[in-house]
Amino acid sequence: MSALESGAAGWFAELRAFGIELIWHPSVSEATGGEVLAILDRVERGALRLDALVVEGSVLCGPDGTGRFNTLSGSGRSLLDWISSLAPLADYCIAVGSCAAFGGIPAAAPDPTDARGLQYRARETGGALGPDYRSRAGLPVINISGCAPHPGWIMETLQALSLGLFSRADMDSFGRPKLFADHLAHHGCSRNEFYEFKASAEEFFERGCLMEHLGCKATQAVGDCNQRAWNGSGSCTHSGSTCIACTSPGFEAATGFMHTPKVAGIPVGLPLDMPKAWFVALAALSKSATPKRVSENARSDRIERAPEPGAEKKT
Amino acid sequence: MTRIIVGPFNRVEGDLELALDVTDGVVREARVSANLYRGFEQILIGRPSEDALVIAPRICGICSVSQSLAVAAMLRAAQSVTPAPNGLLLTNIAHAAENIADHLTHFYVFFMPDFARPCYAGRPWFEATEARFKATVGTGARTALPARAGLLEIMGIIAGKWPHSLAFRAGGVAHAPELSEKVRLFAILARFRAFLEQSLFGAPLEAVTALQSAADLDAFVGREGRSGDFASFVKIARDLSLEAMGRGPGLMMSGGAYLGAQGHHFPAGLFDARKSALRDFSLADVREDVAHSFMRESDPEPAKAQTFPALDREGAYSFAKAPRLLGEPVEVGALARQAVAGHPLIRELIARAGASNVFARVVARLLEIALLTQAAEAWANAIELKEKFCVADAPAQDGPALGCIEAARGMLGHWATLREDRYTAYQIVAPTTWNFSPRCAAGRPGPLESALEGQEVGDDGAASAAVQHIVRSFDPCMVCTAH
Repeated sequence: MSALESGAAGWFAELRAFGIELIWHPSVSEATGGEVLAILDRVERGALRLDALVVEGSVLCGPDGTGRFNTLSGSGRSLLDWISSLAPLADYCIAVGSCAAFGGIPAAAPDPTDARGLQYRARETGGALGPDYRSRAGLPVINISGCAPHPGWIMETLQALSLGLFSRADMDSFGRPKLFADHLAHHGCSRNEFYEFKASAEEFFERGCLMEHLGCKATQAVGDCNQRAWNGSGSCTHSGSTCIACTSPGFEAATGFMHTPKVAGIPVGLPLDMPKAWFVALAALSKSATPKRVSENARSDRIERAPEPGAEKKT
Repeated sequence: MTRIIVGPFNRVEGDLELALDVTDGVVREARVSANLYRGFEQILIGRPSEDALVIAPRICGICSVSQSLAVAAMLRAAQSVTPAPNGLLLTNIAHAAENIADHLTHFYVFFMPDFARPCYAGRPWFEATEARFKATVGTGARTALPARAGLLEIMGIIAGKWPHSLAFRAGGVAHAPELSEKVRLFAILARFRAFLEQSLFGAPLEAVTALQSAADLDAFVGREGRSGDFASFVKIARDLSLEAMGRGPGLMMSGGAYLGAQGHHFPAGLFDARKSALRDFSLADVREDVAHSFMRESDPEPAKAQTFPALDREGAYSFAKAPRLLGEPVEVGALARQAVAGHPLIRELIARAGASNVFARVVARLLEIALLTQAAEAWANAIELKEKFCVADAPAQDGPALGCIEAARGMLGHWATLREDRYTAYQIVAPTTWNFSPRCAAGRPGPLESALEGQEVGDDGAASAAVQHIVRSFDPCMVCTAH
């Protein structure tokens, strides 16, 4: 439903502008019931070309591999069966959201339904379509992960595909489009100064950095979350929502999402590619150099002390 | 008798299957199946209490804030904290934005496109309706979707993003807004009001919320509001007698919506449409029955129940459980909320038909869009930037805790039991669990099932447009239903 926010003249006009025709979408298309089954039948018979199969939601493989936890109504067939049948016919196969990409929240323990992504099961290629699946264009599943993904990630990937501008080289090792996966959620975070000085929030409504105490994984999670606006102006970390790494395979395996696990006072999950000794040394150094303004604001729900021109010289 | 299977059922959130037993062109019995089960309640067991704020909203991409707020209300009960009044104001503005967006999506994207189907060609209103509401190509969505996206910019300010935010807490909201953000809320609401007054209503919101009777409504659609999409709907509804379609079960319930320092903006209550009167009620009387559900027997009290699927259960046809209040099925939603709140137009539309119905359900949603836009303006105005927006969490006490709120589609209850901050039981009873419940052990059909009984489908069978109207009039959210 986040994609419905796309486009100045609405999502439908945005799709048409790029020559993308929706064969069928469950939320918006007119065709219902038997009409839908007829469309799907034409695709299966090869009478209707399928440029892209776009799947939302985990593929529920249970119980016992039957897929019966999720059937397409009126068809008597599981979504597992439908997806297995349609994916080989599509030029491109696109997983929208971390559920379809990696399994997502339904795959969290105890994984009641054997929930999997299309190609991945958390970090392994144990998804419903198997490790060797390639779409007709020769690509593995394109994983637009995120819970929920930014509407821009969805639309820009579809648009790049329709323009012929998207290839294997544009995907990272988990199949995620690099257009968002080449960045970390941390990049551009409005709390950056607090991060630099390790001036940390201890309550979730305080303005300081959320990494040290409140579970924030933005330095480990891919996404340009803080470089493009969500819903006009927002981002998780800006609003006080700690980053739970929702673009990462297996993010659902955490418990205590809003507390930072630590060993001997040092966070277990350090920035993605930073040596631990460096992090500890830099953190100690920057904490000792924290300006009063930063340390005070970090523990407040609002700006208590504004930057004053010339203030640093006075003190 | 012929059994007709209707599905896949699109332009709803999720998917559902109908089995209609038809004799002489009339539906004698209907059974509705929720055909998706993901096991969110099982996933919550054993987790720390705070994790429900992460897990539960992800049940649904369209009622995510509602799920967050039900968790926040449940945690508030478990922690015995009093939320910051400012935090409630921001929560209500964000919740109103989600609920208005849902009502708007329902009208323009889910419900109205059915009147642009070829089966209505030849009706005097068809050509205009087709141009305006035809699925994916009508001009209505071209203006309504950008207006919806503009309204949801409220989420960028309050929630960080939509759907799925961690900004909503037991004690308020995690981000204290600054002056620029308060001003932007006004700007967003002003732009949205302009869309409503230009396109949906064709008249000032005040003219809509002032409608006191069916006669007022007739006058409105004939004069002041004649250019609006609302008027177009009312004219179609009259022609197709939507008032006589999809009669509800009688009881209608609200859990109370938009909590403020002085209580709920729309009150909690139980309305009996058969008697046009309010009745006493208690959420302690809610039970869930699994006689026809793909679920193992468990305690019928939500606070004590466990959820385990059982696919080979005899007589089962849905993953949804059957919630009942003192044994009775109950309708929930915007219509129930406004009936309980005593809105005179809504009460009259129900009384005139002797039951809730397709027409009244849609009118109630559109009325709520107007009421909530006004309310959000007042809430934004009441924000005190110098005051607190959140209070800290307190330890959660052991024992049961209930969080009950109103989602766009009606009452949403989270019944949890905690021991040492871990969930030992968790039951979610969602709006469409009530409305699209299967039969209970006593054989009583759920509200949609009884609403379809007696509907003429003639030779159309599964292609009957009336069936589509009745189902969509409830605005089902099937992903929430069995979760």
